[in-house]
Amino acid sequence: MLMLLLAGPAWAISDPSEALPDPRQEARAVAIGQQLRCLVCQNESIEESGADLARDLRKIVRTQVAEGRSDADINGWLVARYGNFVRLRPPFNTGTLLLWASPVLAVLIGLGLAIGLRRRTVPPSPLNESERIRLQSLLER
Amino acid sequence: MNRRWLLAAPLAAAGLAGAGFWRMLSGMSSGNFDPRGVPSMLIDKPLPDFALPGFTAADVRAAGHPVVINFFASWCAPCIDEAPTLVALSRAGVALWGIAYKDKPAATDAFLARHGNPFTRLARDEPGVVAIDWGVTGVPETYLVDPKGIVRWRFSGPLPIEAAQALAGRLRA
Repeated sequence: MLMLLLAGPAWAISDPSEALPDPRQEARAVAIGQQLRCLVCQNESIEESGADLARDLRKIVRTQVAEGRSDADINGWLVARYGNFVRLRPPFNTGTLLLWASPVLAVLIGLGLAIGLRRRTVPPSPLNESERIRLQSLLER
Repeated sequence: MNRRWLLAAPLAAAGLAGAGFWRMLSGMSSGNFDPRGVPSMLIDKPLPDFALPGFTAADVRAAGHPVVINFFASWCAPCIDEAPTLVALSRAGVALWGIAYKDKPAATDAFLARHGNPFTRLARDEPGVVAIDWGVTGVPETYLVDPKGIVRWRFSGPLPIEAAQALAGRLRA
């Protein structure tokens, strides 16, 4: 049973009957498929997934590659049906601006906090005369 | 001034996050939000063209009333859970049309005989290709198509009874 589970993902990618006869076309299909999310398992690409739907989508990608359609066309066809969620690399648009900007934002916020906190630590003002005399007497005790 | 801002910013962030979570949770309980769901691309768009044994896109457009389309399969366990809800929905007078997804006709018929047949019309998508045009990610999945052939609503997964009641209410109104 364990062996079966371990072997599962391997079948999906290595089923030779799925591959296109032209290795260049097949390489393109794999490249496209690796950027498409399997809708059933969500964090696998359709090239990695053993799910039925992923197999159907692999077949569609290959049919369209063989028909000579462009990468953008094929991606567009899938996005029209499943939305941008199907793309493992989200596009850069107003909806994903915050997502793409978040690493930069995190660094900027961190820098801002670091600078702000450092500025706050003002060095203590020098001792006045009475404090100096008191310190002296404490040290001499 | 600076200090007040420092206090207000985390409070505002917490408030915003709280409001967001409240919306998500209330959406989850009413069946309008699924955290793992993929939003349908068909909402407010015409239904995809298809011709299956059973019925076609033209038949849906020609129905003259809203049609609820349910993708299901005999091999799908959540579909068994959903079956009584669909039967209740059809008793409430909702026009339910079924599309059997990747299912052998004999198995579909046995499923409907056993769990009740809520469908006024039944189409069979054995290759599962039409389902991809609809953006179906798994069965069951339910779509509402208005009389003009525009998809108005979609639910992915077994329809909760609350969502079914809301749907029936919406169609009665």
